[in-house]
Amino acid sequence: MLWNALLLALREIRRNVLRSFLTILGIVIGVAAVIVMVTLGGGATAQVTEQISSLGTNLLMVRPGQRMAFGQMSAAKQFDMADVEAIERHISSVLAVAPASSSPITAVYGNRNWSTSVNGVDNRYFPVRNWSLAKGREFTDSELRAGSSVCILGETVRRELFGSQDSLGAKLRLKKLSCEVIGVLESKGQSTMGSDQDDLVLMPLRAFQRRIAGNRDIGLIQVSVRDGVSTEQVKQKIEEHLRIRRHIAANEDDDFQVLDMKEIAQMLAGTTQVLTALLSAVAAVSLLVGGIGIMNIMLVSVTERTREIGIRLAIGALEREVLLQFLVEAVVLSSFGGLIGIALALGASVLLADLMQIPFVFNPGIVVLAFMFSAAVGVIFGYFPARKAARLDPIEALRHE
Amino acid sequence: MPDSAPPLKPALIELAAVTKVYGSGEAAMQALRGIDLRIEAGDFVAVMGPSGSGKSTCLNILGCLDTPSAGSYRFEGVEVGALTRDQRAELRRHYLGFVFQGFNLLNRTSALENVELPLLYRGVPVAERHRLARRALDAVGLSGWEGHTPGELSGGQQQRVAIARAIVTEPDVLFADEPTGNLDTARSKEIMELLTVFNREQGITIVMVTHEADMAAYARRIVRFVDGQVDSDLRAGEST
Repeated sequence: MLWNALLLALREIRRNVLRSFLTILGIVIGVAAVIVMVTLGGGATAQVTEQISSLGTNLLMVRPGQRMAFGQMSAAKQFDMADVEAIERHISSVLAVAPASSSPITAVYGNRNWSTSVNGVDNRYFPVRNWSLAKGREFTDSELRAGSSVCILGETVRRELFGSQDSLGAKLRLKKLSCEVIGVLESKGQSTMGSDQDDLVLMPLRAFQRRIAGNRDIGLIQVSVRDGVSTEQVKQKIEEHLRIRRHIAANEDDDFQVLDMKEIAQMLAGTTQVLTALLSAVAAVSLLVGGIGIMNIMLVSVTERTREIGIRLAIGALEREVLLQFLVEAVVLSSFGGLIGIALALGASVLLADLMQIPFVFNPGIVVLAFMFSAAVGVIFGYFPARKAARLDPIEALRHE
Repeated sequence: MPDSAPPLKPALIELAAVTKVYGSGEAAMQALRGIDLRIEAGDFVAVMGPSGSGKSTCLNILGCLDTPSAGSYRFEGVEVGALTRDQRAELRRHYLGFVFQGFNLLNRTSALENVELPLLYRGVPVAERHRLARRALDAVGLSGWEGHTPGELSGGQQQRVAIARAIVTEPDVLFADEPTGNLDTARSKEIMELLTVFNREQGITIVMVTHEADMAAYARRIVRFVDGQVDSDLRAGEST
């Protein structure tokens, strides 16, 4: 009986190809949208996680001031070299401590200029940030000690100022300082927050303090933690230590901040997941609308085929047999919609993932789920019209024109 | 059932004081006002009467498509009024065949598939279904037309497909509601001769509603309805 109902349904769908297609369009779009959202969302999450781990998940960033509103920091006393040394000396399980200070600046070379930021660092910056040079060399000890006018460029700065020219050995101007290029960093691309990580110039910390900033402040201390040690514990120890050093009373809030990159990674991945879920929910609404479309057409179909139903009932079809016939038709329709939607979604996901430069992460779970859901839509929205058909009075139905 | 059934056995069809009322209150319309009718197996009964005399209502009740408001309808001794909707459907499926004035074939469906339809609901396997349907189409003189859809057939041919559909299950009773109403005289004669053959040779009881005396003349018994009551009930050869 089920097999017969299936054949009947297929014949009925073939009979009205255009209408059937328009009927299932809602399901097609709904299924495709849900799958695309989940697939791209999965890709984005994977990318975030990967980028953060390339930054080093065992990295702590210590900054003065407290985060207030989005992106704003309250004013507070900056760190100095003594803080860096104190952390290095007093906190165990610290692999490296890299001080840094930065300010926005315009770099000029020949007739080109480029707005970027200049960072005073020392050689510990490279291992801590998990970053290496594409060309040239790191700073020498004497350059660091003397605060020589040398710099290492990020890939973006190199490209904007030098293009295809050789940059090593060239002298570029930062404010009034003439600065020799001794190296170029490997490209890291965009960060998860969307900023260009390669848009920076590095120079010896002492040179930056003396000749650019004119003070001895340190704006950022990056701390890398030994593998297998809880970053959470190290973070707590640094916080306790800095509170003492900065004379913060027990009832006062910290006037500095220790950011755990692992925490940030989790937070960002969480945000992406929430966004994905939200978008998928919106897409799921279109699935629902598609289901209502199917119900509408099935109701029309029942009215159109009242006479046929009357004939079937007169010949001896049971209520449940007529019900099954129309239910199967609705389910076959919506399942077709689901299958087409899946095919469409996979194609679109591959294409969009490529376009948005995120990895294509195939998620078989959501494909199966979307298909089941589309079939369920057929059952739910097909039931009402099917019941209407099955309960027709055979005499009335036969009289129907 | 054979004609020589023992007399104690109940008749194939027994109506006793059957009434049918449509609507209620002041708008109530009494379509049948106490019908008593016995039809023996193998008979060929024509039900005649003017429009609104209740003959179609009576046929719907006999065909188990409708139930009486009061009174008793026994089919082979079974009280039909006590059956559920699905039980009546089963009864139609196994014992009854229908031929309608408007043919009532499925559109855009081949003659063969139309004839196979009742077998499908009986769960007959596909090969057997084809065989029986072809045989039935052959019996109504339509071999070679199996693949044609109703739209490609003449009225007479469509009615013959409908008859093939009704007799393919070898029913006990065939109910015909104005089977020749939409056909010209020559086609009507063909259809009536076909019905007569099935009645005589296969022993299928036929109950036919018609308002044409020419067609009623093919029957062995003529029941005349007036105002929801049996006015006269004559066997062929008897006169009013």
